[in-house]
Amino acid sequence: MPTTLTINGQTHSVDLPDDVPLLWVLRDEIGLTGTKFGCGVAACGACTVHIDGAAVRSCQVALADVWGEVTTIEGIGTPDRMAIIQEAWVEHQVAQCGYCQSGQIMQAADLLATTPAPTDADIDDAMQGNLCRCGTYPRIRAAIHAAAAKLQEA
Amino acid sequence: MSRLGTITRRSFMVLGVAVAGGVAFGTYAVRKTPPNPLSPEGEAVAMNPWLIIDQEGVTVIAPRAEMGQGVHTTLAAMVAEELDVAWKDVRVLHGPPAQAYYNAAMMEAGLPSAHYTRDEMSGWQEALLHAVPKMLSLQITGGSTSTVDGFDRMRHAGAMARESLKEVAADRLGLARSQLRTEAGMVIGPDGRGLPYADLAADAAQVEVDQPDLRPRTDWKYLGRAMPRLDMVSKATGTAEFGADVRLPGMKFATVRMNPKLGGEMRGFDASAALTMPGVERVIDLGSGIAVVASNTWLAFQAADAVEIDWGPAPHAETSAELFGKIAASLDDPPNSTLRDDGDVGAMTGTVVQAEYRVPFLAHATMEPMNATALLEGEYLTIWCGNQAPVVIQQKSAEAAGVSDQNTTVHTTFLGGGFGRRGESDYAALAARIARELPGIPVKVTWSREEDMRHDFYRPAAIARFSGAVENGTATALFARIAAPSVTRSAMQRLAGFAPPGPDKGHVEGAFDQPYAIANYRVQGHLTDSPVPVGFWRSVGSSMNGFFHESFIDELAHAAGADPLEFRLGLIRPAHAPSAILLETVRGMSGWTGRTPQGVGRGVAFTYSFGTPVAEIIEVRDEDGYIRIANAWIACDPGTALDPGIIEAQMVSGLIYGLSAAAQEEITFLGGEVEQFNFPDHDALRMHNTPRIEVKILENNTLMGGIGEPGTPPAAAALANALFDLTGIRARELPLNKSFDLLL
Ligand code: FES
Ligand code: FES
Repeated sequence: MPTTLTINGQTHSVDLPDDVPLLWVLRDEIGLTGTKFGCGVAACGACTVHIDGAAVRSCQVALADVWGEVTTIEGIGTPDRMAIIQEAWVEHQVAQCGYCQSGQIMQAADLLATTPAPTDADIDDAMQGNLCRCGTYPRIRAAIHAAAAKLQEA
Repeated sequence: MSRLGTITRRSFMVLGVAVAGGVAFGTYAVRKTPPNPLSPEGEAVAMNPWLIIDQEGVTVIAPRAEMGQGVHTTLAAMVAEELDVAWKDVRVLHGPPAQAYYNAAMMEAGLPSAHYTRDEMSGWQEALLHAVPKMLSLQITGGSTSTVDGFDRMRHAGAMARESLKEVAADRLGLARSQLRTEAGMVIGPDGRGLPYADLAADAAQVEVDQPDLRPRTDWKYLGRAMPRLDMVSKATGTAEFGADVRLPGMKFATVRMNPKLGGEMRGFDASAALTMPGVERVIDLGSGIAVVASNTWLAFQAADAVEIDWGPAPHAETSAELFGKIAASLDDPPNSTLRDDGDVGAMTGTVVQAEYRVPFLAHATMEPMNATALLEGEYLTIWCGNQAPVVIQQKSAEAAGVSDQNTTVHTTFLGGGFGRRGESDYAALAARIARELPGIPVKVTWSREEDMRHDFYRPAAIARFSGAVENGTATALFARIAAPSVTRSAMQRLAGFAPPGPDKGHVEGAFDQPYAIANYRVQGHLTDSPVPVGFWRSVGSSMNGFFHESFIDELAHAAGADPLEFRLGLIRPAHAPSAILLETVRGMSGWTGRTPQGVGRGVAFTYSFGTPVAEIIEVRDEDGYIRIANAWIACDPGTALDPGIIEAQMVSGLIYGLSAAAQEEITFLGGEVEQFNFPDHDALRMHNTPRIEVKILENNTLMGGIGEPGTPPAAAALANALFDLTGIRARELPLNKSFDLLL
């Protein structure tokens, strides 16, 4: 029986077995490839999306268990209309290979939603599940602080 | 042997002789400009192999892969600098496999001399260095060579196009070319009237002009500055296309399982359970493993786990201990190379120091697991993947699909990390092999992380034995013997079917070529015959030799009762002044005094690799019995800093990559299989345990150097030296979490 999902404000009907992880529904079925596969075992954060606004590892959420509205990197902003956090990423020239960055941004967006003025320790706690093999951490940290400042002005 | 094999073998012979004696050879094939591989559609015009102009602006064709190192941005800035286009109108594409995109700097990096002793090259040397890669179509991203290689060629491409455009405009306006100038994508006449490049391009592509002089640095507008990266917006919005993201109508999703006992055969398999699983369409016998084709990648992963496979044993040693035994034994064989042999290390006087060091095998663990998409239509094969060597991908995929090279198209996407792993072609050849079974149907083949980590071409494990002597506070002798499986030979065997004879320079890089004035100085390489596949891993030989050499220099300093930084300065200053300035710079940045308070340790290391000397200081701190890697200072000298923002990012990246490995990474073998499966077993530094890092970029060196790798080699030694300063314990084996309670 098809499952109905709301992703980035749109309704999708998905005909896949219940245990297929959300990650692979998004990537292979819906074609939202901004969300990445890195490990499949909750160890890298590349697959991070939001369900009802909270960051989750989409490789660990089975299709049948998706409990709310899904937001992916494509849902928070586009190249022509970037979210403030994405603008901060560009301003601080964070990405290198870029493969981890969708997950980093979704995790950081969750942090900023719950902690509008995060300390370095808050950033350490929130971001340590997100691996970056290119080592962009210092610029991620700077971009989070910058986005926090900008969001507070707004 | 494949066609590539034949050509490669012959050409290497040419190089071997020619480097020694300056031999003349077929200059026609060498001088002729390789054919322009571009044929853009519609109104767009290909000015030369590096540049397309259309109504939207200019598209720079990058001969090198963008794998995070920012090379697309810097190569585009080179073209734009001469062409006068607005930065917002510049785009970049990966070039197709083509001879025009050969990498000359790659060959120069192979010269068996230390970079710091080189001057400008003589004419024949230069000609030769261009000739061989051109004949080989050596289109490779590696060795931190891309900007060095592109620096003249990309600027010339822009300058020639500019003058051609002006020539056509001059003709149309009835003026002399010298009366015209260019700005923001237009040729502008004396009256201020502008002709857009797009209107001139078609004619300009037919015009021949003399090669104009390149602009002096004082006139640079783009180069020498931190430019906004051209790939940044797409990477911040999830719209950048990686190999894993390729989507085609009717596409199937597949995965592979190869023998975890590396190099072993597949005796048979039972796919009956897998074939009943949802979404599964095919289980394909690949000879050496299986592929599952399904309607979804995850369903393919599940089904692949359900295929019962009878794997034959690995042809190599079963355990890490046996492999280290083989490496140690090769130290008793005659050396493969003695690339440094100054004075006499036979009779050491004064205080003699001896040490043995070990480093483990390492995986690349690129963030994006290996993958490729392939489509076979009749005699035509198309491959999509991130890769560091499109010509090799083309040849190996064509071979796997049973079609010709000419009928094989390679589309290079962004790479979710390369670090050397995507210089291999196995993942593309497997996709091509699977496509052969699915004619007319595109198939994306994605490896699981476990498959990726357990089927790598590993940074080799290595053992080094050092002896040296100190007298009157300085080093008088250093003798290094380094044993490991040879990366060059392993990779060339795969690439060309033979291992090049002669001294293996890559094996001893980072040790034989360091600017230390030590009177009696010998560095020898010993190659271990080991069938564990080894490959190019960010900074290659320097990744291990930086640790060995700089740990031992530290040991000598302590034996001499000297400050490790001042000790290095004393030895480096007479050999290479720009390198000494780097040590003085990190001394100043960190406030190094040679003394550290209780609970704090500091270590320094210096490695000159890929043309760029780098000095690093690491500070560690005791936090309730755990050791935090707290701070790092880096000074580097790439000669000319083409983009300081990107250089800073690469130095930080290289350091973190090196520290990650030094702190906690190793690949071990049991029963012929790699024991690590996924990131929990082979993790890297993360946000909370990455040190605060400061970088300074200097420009005193005479030759230009690379930036993607040189940040890595000093990292492990700087950390080990800091841990010694903190604890008094000298760790001679990596990873360091075996010897210390690191806060990870
Ligand atoms: S892919 Fe989900 S955490 Fe790595
Ligand atoms: S930018 Fe490459 S993995 Fe994070």
